Parts: sequence; C-alpha cells; structure tokens
Amino acid sequence: MSEQKTWSGRQSSTWRTKVGLAEMLKGGVIMDVVTSDQAKLAEEAGASAVMALERVPADIRADGGVSRMSDPKMIKGIQEIVSIPVMAKCRIGHFMEARILESLGVDFIDESEVLTPADDQYHVDKNLFKVPFVCGCRNLGEALRRIGEGAAMIRTKGEAGTGDVVEAVRHMRTLMDEIRTLTILPRDQLMTAARDMGAPYDLVEEVARIGRLPVPNFSAGGVATPADAALMMHLGAESVFVGSGIFKSGDPARRAKAIVEAVTHFDDPVKLAEISEDLGEPMVGINCDDLGEKERLASRGW
Amino acid sequence: MSKTIGVLALQGAFARHMQVFESLGVSTVEVREPDDLPGINGLVIPGGESTTISKMLVRWDLIEPIKRLIDNGLPVFVTCAGLILLADHLVNWDDLPRPGGLNLTVVRNAYGRQIDSFEASLEISIPGDPALSESPFNGVFIRAPRIVADGVGEGVEVLCSFEGHPVLVRQGNILGASFHPELTGDDRLHEWFLNNMVNAR
Repeated sequence: MSEQKTWSGRQSSTWRTKVGLAEMLKGGVIMDVVTSDQAKLAEEAGASAVMALERVPADIRADGGVSRMSDPKMIKGIQEIVSIPVMAKCRIGHFMEARILESLGVDFIDESEVLTPADDQYHVDKNLFKVPFVCGCRNLGEALRRIGEGAAMIRTKGEAGTGDVVEAVRHMRTLMDEIRTLTILPRDQLMTAARDMGAPYDLVEEVARIGRLPVPNFSAGGVATPADAALMMHLGAESVFVGSGIFKSGDPARRAKAIVEAVTHFDDPVKLAEISEDLGEPMVGINCDDLGEKERLASRGW
Repeated sequence: MSKTIGVLALQGAFARHMQVFESLGVSTVEVREPDDLPGINGLVIPGGESTTISKMLVRWDLIEPIKRLIDNGLPVFVTCAGLILLADHLVNWDDLPRPGGLNLTVVRNAYGRQIDSFEASLEISIPGDPALSESPFNGVFIRAPRIVADGVGEGVEVLCSFEGHPVLVRQGNILGASFHPELTGDDRLHEWFLNNMVNAR
C-alpha cells in the first residue's frame, strides 16, 4: 500500500448519488412512523426506510388544521434508533423547512401534498440541495416538472390517509400510459407533447427514448393490504410507500411484515395468499368517491 | 454453454445489475427463494438496505443454501449491502444474520449519512488486466460500508483502495465492492467477473 496513486477528491451529493439512494430503496416498503417505537417496529418488519412525521395522513385528515414539518427532536430520536434511511416531509414550497431537515441529516425529503402547502405557485428548487428529494405526481407532466426542479425520486400521489387504493391506481396508470404514448410518438411531435403536458422538453425527449422516468418511480397514497402493494408493483411501481395503512390497522407488526413480503413476491399469488392470511383488521378507510374536491390532498401541488 | 447469473432480488438495486449482465450477453435470473438457485453459474448480492435484505434472507430460508453454494466455489459478486452480508466481521452489528464468507471487518454506514454520499475516481489495478487499469473507475459510494484497513484477513486480495481503506477485494470465488459499479454505465468490473471468475471456473 506504500505506493498509493493519487485519487481525485470526493464529489459529494451528486445527481448520481441522489438517484443512487432511490435505486437502493427499490423493491421495498417505506413506512410512515410517528414515534421511535413505530420506527423500530417498521425496521424489524423489514421496511427499507421510514418516513418520520407527526401524524399519519389519516389523522391529518381527521384533525384538520395546518399540517407542518415535524419536530426536529422527534426526527432525531428516530435517526438514532434505526439504521435504515430516515425520510421527513416538508410543505410544498417551504424551502426553509427543507433546509432545516437537510441540516438534521435526513436521508430524503418528501416535498409532500400531505402537509398544508406553504406556496400556492412554486415548489422548492430542489437542485440547490445536497439532500435528495421525492415528490408526488398524478401524471407525467407533473412528474417531469418535479424532476426538472431536482427531484431524485417520484411517487404517484394516490389519496393519502384513505386506505382506498383507487387513486393510486389511477395515477400510476395515467403516468405509465403517458410514458408509453411518448415512446411511440414521432420525434417531431415531442415538442407539442411537452407543451401540452407542461413539461421540460429535454426530459420529455429522454422519457420518449428510454421508455421510463429518468428516476425511480414509487407508489403512495391508499395502500392498505399486501394485495394492494402487489397490484401497484404490477402497474409499474418500483417500491411502495405505506402511510396510515400499517399503524391504523389492527396488528401493525404483522401487516407491516406482510406488505414487505408482498413487494418482494408481488408476482407469486400462492405466496401472496399465504402472506395475506390472518393479518387482523385493516384500516377502516374512506371511500375516495365520498371525498369532496376540497378534501382531496392529491390536488395540492402544481 | 451459455452462462446464467442469479441476482438476489429480495430488495435493492438488483435490476441494474441484471441490465449490465444482459448488455454483456449473459442471461440472468431473479433469486427470491431457494428454488431459484439451482442452475446458476454465478450469484450477485446487490446494494440495497442490508437490514431489510438480511431479514428477507432469514424469512425465505436463503442463508444456508447461499452459504453452501459459496463454500462449493460458486462465483459471487457483492456490492455495498451485499458486501456487508458476506463480511465475517461487522463492527457493532455482528449479530446481523448473513451468509458471511469474506475474511474481513466492515463498518456499516461508515462514510456518513446520505448527504455525505459521494463519487470519486478509483484506480483499480489487477495484474494482467489492461481494461481495468487503463483508465479510472467511477466509484459511486452511497451510505457506503467501509472495509477496515487493518481488518483484512488471510486470503483476501485488495484490488483497490480509497483514502487508505480497501474498496474492492477478492477472496477466491468472491468479488466484493463497497461502491456501486452497476450505477455507472461502466461494465468493466462485471465483465471482469464474468471472464475471470465465472467463465474460468
């Protein structure tokens, strides 16, 4: 080792390392947790990351009021207790919450419609940050606008806190259909497609060429059972976020473990049947059709 | 006869490894249970979350079968979390269930949190291999484990070090990297594994 060659220095927090962490989280489950005990339980169940927040979406929905970034003390407590990545949410457009979360060393920030938006026009300029961001989308245009701002991971929004998977399915199907459509468009139609969906042209061109988003594509909002998770994986999700679905169910430890197993074996109905057995009560849930336009979290963000 | 590489697909960046091998003209198979193992000519344990992958290895009874295959000489390529799972010694985490097999000591997340993840050019020198030595390799380190420099035991060859710590090692039929060659678009290490470890067997 005496003759060590000269290395170029480190380049930290590059685009490749940001998207790289998202790649490492594929094929897994990211669980919402509100206490250190829940974080530990999630890790024990095999979660690939936890999302530290003050209230799960079902409670945010029930309680009403303004929902904000979590108490740093609570986030730090969770960082100390688990070895898996810890994510936290900031409000849409609230770059100061984002900077505070970055200073805490969280591994990913979710600029999330589940919290009350802080800016009704602009999202955070995520390219300025060292920490990677994940953002929600309902369609391809929204996904590419967020990636253009620097998001290193996209999740379809679904309708958080309902336990009803229908919106997650709608958003994932819309996104995947729009991606497939781009791949068969002649090149001279791509600029008009970019204009129509309000997306940066270079990203539209890239998606048309590679046939997928340039960053990992996860699913969120409404997954409550192992079968829901497997369904989303079949529709194109590369991992699944589960919020209220676990800790609002009758037996969170068993359900958490079952959803993790379902994501790995999403294409094996025999194993899924075994995994789905005897999990206790699922979260009660809210039918998305019963929600008024103002109660929908997915319509936040632009 | 054409070769098949099994890629452990419990969680993590397994698809990226499969893409690299397929671009090199080798078929791949996802390994999720012991029944997927027979017939493979090499095994990859990819990056991902080592805690999660360890739990799934236990849940689907994969530790013993993988250990047996490694003991029998199956060529294995492990990256990042995969390196943790084959390390014989893990600082502070030695009770993490895993196959082991690499006679070295690893510290998990030793380079810091995600904001400390980095890229750096690595100079890999393998005697008699011009393709790897001729230009630097882009090392992508993500919440990376560190191989302890003085914890490298007998039988382990260090093929590359960064800042004084080994980052690429070989011990017999095992090739281990603490970084992510599958994320760079540079397929030289995968090709080297195929030519010198899988096809040479």
